[in-house]
Amino acid sequence: MTDRLDGPQGPRGGDDAARGPSSGPDDTQRPARSAGSPHGSDTTPSGGEPSKTSASSETTDGGGGGEGHPALADVRSDAPAAPVAEPELAAGAAAPAAEPAKVPAGASRLGPPPRMALWFLLPGALVLGVMVIYPIIYSIFRSLYDASGNTFVGAENYATIFSNPSTLTTIRNNLIWVAVAPALVTVIGLVFAVLTERIRWATAFKLVVFMPMAVSLMASGVIFRLVYEQAPDRGVANAVITSVTGIFGSGHGYPDARPRENDQSPVTAGQDGGVVAKQPAQPGQAVLLPLVGVKPDTLASASAAKAVQPGPGELAGTVWFDFTQGGGGAPNEVDGAEKALAGMTVEAVQDGTVKATATSEADGTFRFTGLAPGDYQVRLPQSNFEAAFGGLPWLGPTLITPAIIGAFIWVWAGFAMVLIAAGLAAIPRDALEAARIDGATEWQVFRKITVPLLSPVLLVVFVTMIINTLKVFDLVFVIAPGSVQPQANVIALEMWRVSFGGGSDQGLGSALAIFLLLLVLPFMVLNIRRFRRDNQ
Amino acid sequence: MTTSTLGTPPRGVLSRIVDRLSSGLVQAVLVLIGLFWLVPTLGLFVVSIREEAANNSTGWWTILTKPAELTFQNYSDLLATGFTASFWNTVFITVPSTILVIGIAAMAAYAFAWMEFPGRDVLFLVVVGLLVVPTQIALIPIAKLYGSAGIFGSIASVVLFHVAFGLPFAIFLLRNFFAGISRSLLEAARMDGAGEWKIFSTVVFPLAKPAVASLGIFQFLWVWNDLLVSLVFANTENQPMTKALQSQMRQFGTNVDILAPGAFLSLIIPLVLFFAFQRYFVQGMMAGSVK
Repeated sequence: MTDRLDGPQGPRGGDDAARGPSSGPDDTQRPARSAGSPHGSDTTPSGGEPSKTSASSETTDGGGGGEGHPALADVRSDAPAAPVAEPELAAGAAAPAAEPAKVPAGASRLGPPPRMALWFLLPGALVLGVMVIYPIIYSIFRSLYDASGNTFVGAENYATIFSNPSTLTTIRNNLIWVAVAPALVTVIGLVFAVLTERIRWATAFKLVVFMPMAVSLMASGVIFRLVYEQAPDRGVANAVITSVTGIFGSGHGYPDARPRENDQSPVTAGQDGGVVAKQPAQPGQAVLLPLVGVKPDTLASASAAKAVQPGPGELAGTVWFDFTQGGGGAPNEVDGAEKALAGMTVEAVQDGTVKATATSEADGTFRFTGLAPGDYQVRLPQSNFEAAFGGLPWLGPTLITPAIIGAFIWVWAGFAMVLIAAGLAAIPRDALEAARIDGATEWQVFRKITVPLLSPVLLVVFVTMIINTLKVFDLVFVIAPGSVQPQANVIALEMWRVSFGGGSDQGLGSALAIFLLLLVLPFMVLNIRRFRRDNQ
Repeated sequence: MTTSTLGTPPRGVLSRIVDRLSSGLVQAVLVLIGLFWLVPTLGLFVVSIREEAANNSTGWWTILTKPAELTFQNYSDLLATGFTASFWNTVFITVPSTILVIGIAAMAAYAFAWMEFPGRDVLFLVVVGLLVVPTQIALIPIAKLYGSAGIFGSIASVVLFHVAFGLPFAIFLLRNFFAGISRSLLEAARMDGAGEWKIFSTVVFPLAKPAVASLGIFQFLWVWNDLLVSLVFANTENQPMTKALQSQMRQFGTNVDILAPGAFLSLIIPLVLFFAFQRYFVQGMMAGSVK
């Protein structure tokens, strides 16, 4: 299974597996390979390790079992084997039917006059010239002028990029992206590809993981806005965290509850953030702890509070929400319909030390038994008023970039997985078997043979992801809420923002666009060099 | 993982048990990962068919216990906002962009693969270089150009931009495929006196169907899913779904009931295409992974 997720199926199945030498001219696999093979030479810039190329040629020409071993030997000895590898690669690639990627050097062939080519090239050249080449040149000049475009300012816009705190943030964020995301995507893709290698339902798994590639980043952004909702009962990320850690639901926090602020209230705010009864109480007495400020929704399922008759020698009382919905009800009295505050910790304190602790029941009552006679201060410690776990603020300023990188991985892991799985499928089995017979452990086989043979594919995935992270725009724009966008900002988004979305400084915008182009320039050079090496 | 060393006798019961267990463990992990990938999209779908009030108070997974909350109200509300128009805009932008890119690129690719002309190799290297040029570079100049041409905001302006930035990949992909076509086939056609245009349209292009399919699905998905280009060039009247959704984004907290069905509608067609043509999708991806 090399170039499709569901394995060879249908009429062209055999061709797709890229193992039959009989593949006809309608097999994309060949050009695919030839586009892929040049990447092989890029792992070791000067050496041109034959890893993938040999590996793929091995599978492409089917029968040639002998060629697997040279490939393996080269990788193991780590020799710069370029001269040896090249002819071998050519021999392997020039499988029966076709000569992939080798443009016929037709000295002796019938050919149209060169001006014929002009007509074929004209539409494309025109569009590319006007819409891509000219804009690059225009942007270079435009970036040297101010916002209005009338005054030449030299490198000032570029100086702004490196001095303005908001653009510096975008550069910092892009650095984080480049440092984290490509490596993660590549490693995750590798792990997935290896794990699925021997699983029967690998196709289903691959389809699921690969699916986000088809979804727009806009829709992905909406999807992840929902995932990252902070409230654990709405956002699935925090819901998973809370159900795994069990934080949620273990404590009944009433963060908004407070005593009523007037003289009649029997309770008042304590100094430590808790609530204390104003009057000391003795065993045998009932203590009322009425609170207000609780959101009625949170008490929807709470039962009604009950007044309590303390038994002899017992200090008892009620904690409740002293508010009758729809009006009515006397303050500071337990009226029939008022809701109990269950699960409150209540302390009986004497001379500054806690003598007894109780927890309020479902009806809001609590009892201290076995207290020595005397005056006790009844209080609700501060822990009752701490909020329960409210979920991680994924969309807050600190977590926003990791959160968006999470969404990025969700989108791109499938791409990495499929490319790497194709590379894995192209690794000659006998190379692995030979190593196993030599006594290598699975881990050693993986480290010393699989990964080196895969390195060209891994590099392609890694480089592609670097380019993607440098250009990342939609995900940041959609997932980061407006108020957090300054913290999540990246260069591509800032370029749009300063020139179209709000700002209208097209001088700075052009400078940012050129800056972005400079950042991807090394990879452009890499591509060109790869391609040239392939076509020589 | 098992260690099979040279000369080990046939694997014992123990190693087979270890094998089973580790395979079971791997499968369990994969199921978990699969859920990780599936759940977000599933959540979007469920949110899109739940009542607004339900979405505001509880998580979508509560439908497991309360399926009665389901409704298609969100979808009819969404269509009432004029979303249908943006759906058709998306179609009107995507289809011409895809066809134009295929046509223009195929011609250029044919020239690069099968015709001799001075500077051919250098020109093709330029195309390879253009593969990674960020779209941002052209936004300002093209906006200015469109402004003076008087087409700013139109569907045609968005299409043209997509064609331009789709071309390098398209030429690259098709040229590599064309170059793999048997040379004798072309020589024979030329010997028979067929003109270049005839060879291109009756011999090469039909042979290239798989590559064209790969390219077509890629280009279609890119354009269908684009936000940035339409954000800059399409006016409100001509905006595709992505831009329409983006404009709803500002009040995310209050209009999930519009956003969720909108996002879901926008991804149905790409998903269907993806599942129908995933073979070509993967082939194209492999061929063009330099992009």
